[in-house]
Parts: sequence; C-alpha cells; structure tokens
Amino acid sequence: MATKEYSFYPGCSSQKGASSSNYLKSVESMCDTLDISLNTIPDWNCCSASIGYCGGGELPRLALSARNLALSEKHNPGQDVVASCAACWLATRETVERLEDDSGLMAETNTALKEAGLEFKNENKIRHMVEVIIEDVGYEELGKHVVKPLEDIKIAGYVGCQTNRPFGIEGESFENPKYLDKLVETLGGEPVEDYDKKVSCCGGALAFSEPEKSQALIKDIIESAYDGGAEMIVTPCPVCQMNVEVYQDQINAKYGTKFKMPVVYYSTLMTVAYGKSAKDAALEGQVIPATRLEEIAGK
Amino acid sequence: MSEDINVAQVERYRNNFLKEVTDNVEEGEWVRMCMQCGVCSGSCPLGPYWDHPPQEIFMMIRANKRDEVLSSTSMWMCTSCYNCIVRCPRELPITHIMHGLAHYATRLGLAPKEQPTYKFSQRFWDNLVKKGRINELKLGVNLYFMNGFSEGVKTSLKMAPVGLGMLKTKRMSPMEMVGGHSIKDLKGFHAMLKKAEELESARVDAKGGSAKNA
Ligand code: SF4
Ligand code: SF4
Repeated sequence: MATKEYSFYPGCSSQKGASSSNYLKSVESMCDTLDISLNTIPDWNCCSASIGYCGGGELPRLALSARNLALSEKHNPGQDVVASCAACWLATRETVERLEDDSGLMAETNTALKEAGLEFKNENKIRHMVEVIIEDVGYEELGKHVVKPLEDIKIAGYVGCQTNRPFGIEGESFENPKYLDKLVETLGGEPVEDYDKKVSCCGGALAFSEPEKSQALIKDIIESAYDGGAEMIVTPCPVCQMNVEVYQDQINAKYGTKFKMPVVYYSTLMTVAYGKSAKDAALEGQVIPATRLEEIAGK
Repeated sequence: MSEDINVAQVERYRNNFLKEVTDNVEEGEWVRMCMQCGVCSGSCPLGPYWDHPPQEIFMMIRANKRDEVLSSTSMWMCTSCYNCIVRCPRELPITHIMHGLAHYATRLGLAPKEQPTYKFSQRFWDNLVKKGRINELKLGVNLYFMNGFSEGVKTSLKMAPVGLGMLKTKRMSPMEMVGGHSIKDLKGFHAMLKKAEELESARVDAKGGSAKNA
C-alpha cells in the first residue's frame, strides 16, 4: 500500500497541553500503522468553531478558514485537507460551500486574504479523518492491521452532532449512522445495538456557558449507553469526548447517578487494537481511565 | 456607534423587519421560505429553554417584532447541533440564521449582555483574535470570572476538580497562562481580519442604502 498524503488541519484543541492533545497522539499512531502521512498546514489558525459568531461576522469568520486553505494550497499543493476535529471540519467545509455559492463573498474573502499575502483558489476537498479511513482505506484494510482484537468489550458508538450533520459520512443516515459500530466490529469489539442517544447533542460549547442545561443532555447520553450494556463510549469528536467524559462527577453529584464511563476516540481504540502501547494510544489522557484498553495494550 | 447604526436601520426599514433581516442577516433571505411546520422547534435540544424556538423567531420576524427578536436570549442558546437543518422540509439553514441574528443583534448593540452564551461567544472571538489560536486556559478562567470576582472564585472552586483532571492528564497546561500557542504571521492575520470587518460593515451600509432607495 502506497503512503497516502494529506494536508492536515489539527485545530486548537489538539495543540500541546490542550484538551484533546490525547486525540492527536492517537491519530498519529493510527495513521502510522495505516501508512497515512499527515502534513500539517504551516501557521494554521483557529476556525472560530461554531461559537465565535458574536464578535466575528460572516466575512471575518470565512476569512479564518480561507486563510488555512490558502496556506494549504501553497505549502501542500494537490492534497485533500483533513481535519480530525468535527467543528474544524465543519467550519472549513462550510466556508468552501459558502464561497462557491457566492462569487461576491469569494472576491471579498480574497481581498481580505491579500492583506496576509495569500490567495484562496479552492483546489482541494475538505475531509474528516473518519471519512478518510472509511472511504480511502476501507473496513477491510482497517481490519487487516488488528493484532489485539477488542474482545468482549461492549462499546457505545456516540456519533454526536457535527460529524453527523449537516454533511455526515457518505452513505450514512443522519438518524442512525452505523460507521462507528462497524468500526468497533472491525476491531473485534461489540457495538451497542439501538444506542438511542447516538446522535443527540452534548451541548457543544454551551457546556461552558450553560452547564446545567448541557449536563442534562450529557446525562441522557451516558445513561443510554449504560442501558445498552456499554462499558465504554467511543466518539469521533473532541467536543463530545470532553463534554461526555469530564463532567461525570458533577452529574453524579447533581442527579445521584454513579457514572464512571470511559469515553475514548475511535483512534484510541484503533491504536490499541493495532498492538501499540498505552502511551501511543495516549491512554494516560483519560480523565476516566479506560482500564480494559490498558489491559489489552499491556498484554 | 452601534446605537447610530441601530437608529439608521430603524429609519431605513420602517415596519419591514423581514426586509431588514433579508438584507443584513447572514442567510437571512431564507426566512421567507419558512412554512411554520414546527419541526425545527421540536428538534431543538435546548428548545424547551428558549423563550422563542426557531419557528417562533421566524414568525416574529415576519410580524415585525423587531425588538423582541433582536434582544431575545433565544438564538444565543443554539448549540449548533444542526438537527433543525437536516430535518427542515424547506431546507432553511436555521443554525446559520440563528448565528446571523445573534451577530446582527450584537452589531446593533441590542444583544442581551447578560446571556451567558453571549458572553462566552464574545470571549471566544476575542481570545482567538489575539494570537490566532484559542488559548483554552485563558478562555476558561476568563469565563469563570465573567460575573465578577466573587462569583468567579465560586465557579472556579466548583470547576476545580474538572480542571485538576485535565491538568493531571496533561490536557491543560499552566504554561498557557504566560505564553501560549500563537501563529507566526500575526501581523498579516490581523490585517486580514481588519479588512474583512471593513468590507462587511460596508456591505451592511450599502444594503441599507439600496433598501432606502428602493
Ligand atoms: S422546520 Fe423549517 S419550515 Fe418548519 S418551522 Fe422550522 S424553519 Fe420553518
Ligand atoms: S442547530 Fe441550534 S436551532 Fe438548530 S436544533 Fe440545534 S440548537 Fe436548535
């Protein structure tokens, strides 16, 4: 298999010392096994996610993503842009869609970019990391690298919002996407059937600003995983991962629940199943330890 | 400044708030396509907390309820989950209209300044503009202290276990408080944003102008 090359947009939460630095580590380990080469976009900036709209109007926000894309075209020509974060992927894809739709906006965006000595030509596709592994690599190949199957682990595939809507993964339904379940199966684990909060919202950025409301949503997501017999939740999104993992103590205190459900990334699962170390999978980054995975990685 | 723009816009769009939204709000031209089926409101995760869920906001725009809409706390509670977008039978880009209304309300100085997500959203933007990348630690601390010092101490203590978990797992670095990540070409970055803001303000003015002449 020839090395696959992509232009990589890691996003702010993946930086060293940031909330999903563990995600980046496991993505790198996973890509190493799959012979995928991620070429980071030099000097990339924040995409403004879906929450910067107060201070940032439409054009300034579009300019943020356009700058990243222009840098990508300049330094990593011809390569699809890949984001591992759902919000980054969405903001960047939306930017392209909006600019393709409106030539006036495209012209204005380029006028703004010129101030930074850049130009956006719209040459490449924007992909999510899971899109890449499913579409460009495929389940069969993904399964071939499994050396430590995740036997007897029941895992709830929490897809969440932004990896699923409005674009989602090609061929998957918005209401019941199956790709995470298929991925769990490919790795030898057991997906939870009928996980009815699979695409529910975790509150996103509102976990910070409206914690009570968003924790009520998170509670249902975890409860539904327990109801399905899950030992662990897997997700493709850094916001989902953080929200569903780190507030469990607060939720327990408020609702009298006894949640202690590890929440991991698909890339964590893959790294472990591919026989790499706990360190490669960044398991030390779990606020709620994924003990079962640590055991397998230590075998 | 924002007060002047607000007065000018009221003047320009007398009793035609729908036109004002169409001309000035991001994706606002879609509002007229709403057929009031209520699917969006029924799908919205925070809908039960909204004074006016999306369907009502759209109805109120058409009913000229300008102040009620622009000073509403409702659209500030949009979690950007895109549930409404994929379900709307008329394919309205509802999420973006909510963001657009929120931004337009801010531009006119009518946004509800005490709404927590309003505060968070503004802080998020200011944080990212500074260095070109989000500094999560500063954003968090800034957020906990948004209601004043003593409230801030309380919130920080309440959130301390969460923060500690993040510190222990190296998913939060105290170093971010002093240095922090930054892009290299900050000069170009800021010049780009300044230009984008200028162009956008000019667009609002021009559209307002053409409406007046229409
Ligand atoms: S779902 Fe669409 S058409 Fe129906 S009320 Fe909401 S915006 Fe209007
Ligand atoms: S995107 Fe916003 S308005 Fe739409 S359903 Fe989600 S929270 Fe409600």
